[in-house]
Amino acid sequence: MRRIAITFAATVSVVVLLFSYRTSTDQTPVAAGRPLGTGTQPTRTTSPATPATPGSTGGSGTFTGSAADTRYGPVQVQITVAGGKITDAQAVQYPQESGRDVRINSSAVPELNQETLQAQSAQIDTVSGATYTSEGYQQSLQSAIDAAHG
Amino acid sequence: MGTQVSLHLRGHRVDTDPAVEPAVAAVFGHLRTADELFSTYRPDSQVSAIRRNELPRDQWHPWVTEVVALCEEARERTDGYFDPWRLPGGFDPSGLVKGWATENAAPHLARLCGYDHYLNAGGDITAHVHTARAPAWRVGVEDPTDPAAFLAILELRTGGLATSGTAARGAHIVDPHTGRHTSNLLSVTVTGPTLLWADVFATAAFARGGNVTRWVSVLAPGYEVAALARAP
Repeated sequence: MRRIAITFAATVSVVVLLFSYRTSTDQTPVAAGRPLGTGTQPTRTTSPATPATPGSTGGSGTFTGSAADTRYGPVQVQITVAGGKITDAQAVQYPQESGRDVRINSSAVPELNQETLQAQSAQIDTVSGATYTSEGYQQSLQSAIDAAHG
Repeated sequence: MGTQVSLHLRGHRVDTDPAVEPAVAAVFGHLRTADELFSTYRPDSQVSAIRRNELPRDQWHPWVTEVVALCEEARERTDGYFDPWRLPGGFDPSGLVKGWATENAAPHLARLCGYDHYLNAGGDITAHVHTARAPAWRVGVEDPTDPAAFLAILELRTGGLATSGTAARGAHIVDPHTGRHTSNLLSVTVTGPTLLWADVFATAAFARGGNVTRWVSVLAPGYEVAALARAP
């Protein structure tokens, strides 16, 4: 059913980076001292890194999400879309400088890649969540989805 | 880091309708204005001035007055589990502002006819579909116990969805030495008619722990805990 929606309805997506924020339970500011608005840049992703077939067909091609800053470093995800479906997802950039980062990512990133495919087979339009490394992954995945629809 | 805000519009003429671009610009203009007023990371924001005790009440922007009133209401409605006055560094309404601003930005799309939309600000989502036949937006909710997994895939038509969780600590997964949690929860996702209150109750429920499903349904009729991750 979802396929039908993508086939018949174009999607425009726009992204900006705003709002450093905390929740009442956080002890550490999420922004970790970064000034607002620096880091990744997107103001409008209507021209994705790799041109898409117009959204009316659901898009095909390879789309790279913007690099999302996490406290451990940048995370960037690339997806391959064929016929409106994500057929592959890879983290093309992830934190790997310290031993700790490697430990985090050696387990998390490959599984995340797999999960993106599983999630996409269930067809997701967007993502919600709260953890750090995957927040970066999620942000970048969202922006790759954005680019695919751009 | 700043929060990434994604806006998706779905409709037949979305590529060619000249009304789309100005409406989208208005949405992000609204968010930028809110950011300028409320960011605790901008020394020149009104909230930063309030935190330094430098801005008397009679100089507050009307949005700041509105948000402070909403914060008071949220503290009351959540039995104090949402409390922007009890945060390190002093008063910080950011936990409410993101949902509030996102929700109030979306009506700039109302001048467009025949489109579905969602606006996702760092995982807090407000969505709208314009007809009963339109498909729901499908939201993957991340599983904090396993970054590889999604807790749920939720369908959202018109309303709000917010997740609160271990964002700043991330300790459960990445650093066992700091994995100390005040509640037994790792993340809470709340859905309901408005993003503002879904966001407030997700944050409050996460801070509270315990049987939050019942707690939210009693304190916030119309809202529900749609996904929940408990500490093992």
